[in-house]
Amino acid sequence: MSVVLVGISHHQAPVELRERAALDARRAADLAARLAGEQGEAVCLSTCNRTELYLADESGEAAERKAEAALLALESELGPALYRLRDDAAALHLFRVAAGLDSMVPGEGEILGQVRAAHEAGATGPILDRLFRQALHAGKKTRAQTAIGESPASVSSAAAALAEQVFGDLRGRSILVVGAGKVGEQAVRNLASRGATIAFVANRTMDRAADLAGRFGGEAIPLDRVDAELKTADVVLSSTSAPGWILTRDQVARVLPERKGRPLFLIDLAVPRDLDPAIHELDGCYLYDVDDLEAVVAETLAGRRREAERAEAIVAEEADRFREWRASLDVVPAIASLRARAEEIRAAELRRAKLSESERRAADSVTAAVLNKLLHLPTIRMKEAAAAADGVIYADAVRHLFGLEDER
Amino acid sequence: MAELLFWPALLAYGEAAFAYLGEARHPGLAGRFATWGVRVGWLVQSALLAVQAARSDGFPWSTWAGSLNLFVWFVVGAYLIWGCQPRFRLLGLAVLPLAVVLFVLARVGGGTAVGGHSDYSNLFLVLHVGLVLAAFAGFTLAAALSALYLWQERRLKRHETSILRLRAPALARLDELAARTIAVALPALTLGIAVGIARLRDRGGGFDALMAVTVLTWAVYSGYLALRHLLGWRGRRAAYLVLAGFVLVAVVRLALPVTHFAT
Repeated sequence: MSVVLVGISHHQAPVELRERAALDARRAADLAARLAGEQGEAVCLSTCNRTELYLADESGEAAERKAEAALLALESELGPALYRLRDDAAALHLFRVAAGLDSMVPGEGEILGQVRAAHEAGATGPILDRLFRQALHAGKKTRAQTAIGESPASVSSAAAALAEQVFGDLRGRSILVVGAGKVGEQAVRNLASRGATIAFVANRTMDRAADLAGRFGGEAIPLDRVDAELKTADVVLSSTSAPGWILTRDQVARVLPERKGRPLFLIDLAVPRDLDPAIHELDGCYLYDVDDLEAVVAETLAGRRREAERAEAIVAEEADRFREWRASLDVVPAIASLRARAEEIRAAELRRAKLSESERRAADSVTAAVLNKLLHLPTIRMKEAAAAADGVIYADAVRHLFGLEDER
Repeated sequence: MAELLFWPALLAYGEAAFAYLGEARHPGLAGRFATWGVRVGWLVQSALLAVQAARSDGFPWSTWAGSLNLFVWFVVGAYLIWGCQPRFRLLGLAVLPLAVVLFVLARVGGGTAVGGHSDYSNLFLVLHVGLVLAAFAGFTLAAALSALYLWQERRLKRHETSILRLRAPALARLDELAARTIAVALPALTLGIAVGIARLRDRGGGFDALMAVTVLTWAVYSGYLALRHLLGWRGRRAAYLVLAGFVLVAVVRLALPVTHFAT
């Protein structure tokens, strides 16, 4: 059985090409079922970064042609961007994909769920089922044993992670959003997804403030109420297009006594900046602007790349295990035939012997034990040989020596 | 027997201290080794204390070195309450090396030996020494939490880019835990001092400098809690006050052999 992979990804194909080959869950499942046919196995993994077809078939060439044709049917211009991998290389590639090592942002977590979904929707048999299960295991293992997926990879997620460094759990923390543009919305979404409460949205035009506040369950307020709401807010997120300061040091300093020592985290995503940098000098106030956040993201991405080296070793180990398992499949029929033949002889000899019931039970037990002990070592050795790529030679030798050729 | 228990406990604490260093460089596996080191070390030290209690004539930790042994056990025990959480592992970097040094000092001073004799009554020492040491262990942990708070706060103020790579507990959590630890430790110190004063009146002893510093320590931590609840003292100022209180704790611990055990 060969494992074949044909696909396109962000490495060779621009988004204009990838979007034409992207499949939703239903179409991906249909395509996998069609490619698998009666005997084969197929899985279609389609995400925003890649569309990949994994096939397991007796003939690698035929499977590759089939997968290629299926992808070209989606978009005829895919040809130059297509990559084709077989067997161990295909397995290693999938393990790297599941671990997030082939993603645009190393270690991103979404891909693991996408691989799981593709596996569940695929037409799998013993080979692809094992391959995808092991890929999911490799993905989880790399995330558990390395810090590749722990640090934020965008400015908005870095802002939320920094807020957690100040407050810990963000559940119930009150957010004051200043500005209702697209820039801040992603950060609002990130904070809300971590349990923070979007309490107020202040904006120059109230319609837009009401729209954003409505979507996150907050209250829309005019800009001149920002000072008053500073008393209760835990996080201030500002992203207006105002030319001057929205909040100055003095404005914030005035409300600090009323806050009774509670820390205040301020995120300034605006360019030009909305928040007076001198606010950061105040006791208990922590202000991060776009440059500060980008520096944090750059560092975490560098950290992810360092962790990626450790993750590669884990993935390679898992790929080796898969290779060994697949190689052991070559000798499994020979081992099964050998054991069946031995069992057949043992049963026949037992039937022929003239024994009482108790003697028969004793003989049955003893001969079964002898058989198992005798075949244990050859079984282990054949599996080891299979892992070292000599499996087929050993399997043929066993078949020849024990006359098992007819049972192939 | 004491030998058989002291060395494994020291080894486990030492392993934990080194593993915490590793955790600071590469968070993950080292942290788990460190946590297990602390757990194993504390259990073995508990066994050591149990053997000391079973075989001694009177209160086994009445000497300066003996009380240091008990103090280490209290500190590590208090640390174990939070130290097993991944986010608080960095706290181990402050607590465990200190525990190792104090444990070695306790041994050098003969505080880990078995079969000692004490002239003090058991009940008084259990109450007085036990309560004061438990309170001091709490203050030590609170000081470690406050030191971690100041370090984390400085990183935020300096916009250190590595802040999300090497994550410390959140500022608010550290501040709250330090306050809670002090809120638990202070009543223990109050009771310990009360028992000491009761005995002093009973026996007619004098009021020494050590007692004065202990009362001052009590005043600092009481002031901390009062300022926190009445005036909302939190954050950096509160952390510095906790550390100031800990300086007094250290003075009391160091001065103990000069006063209480001098005669």
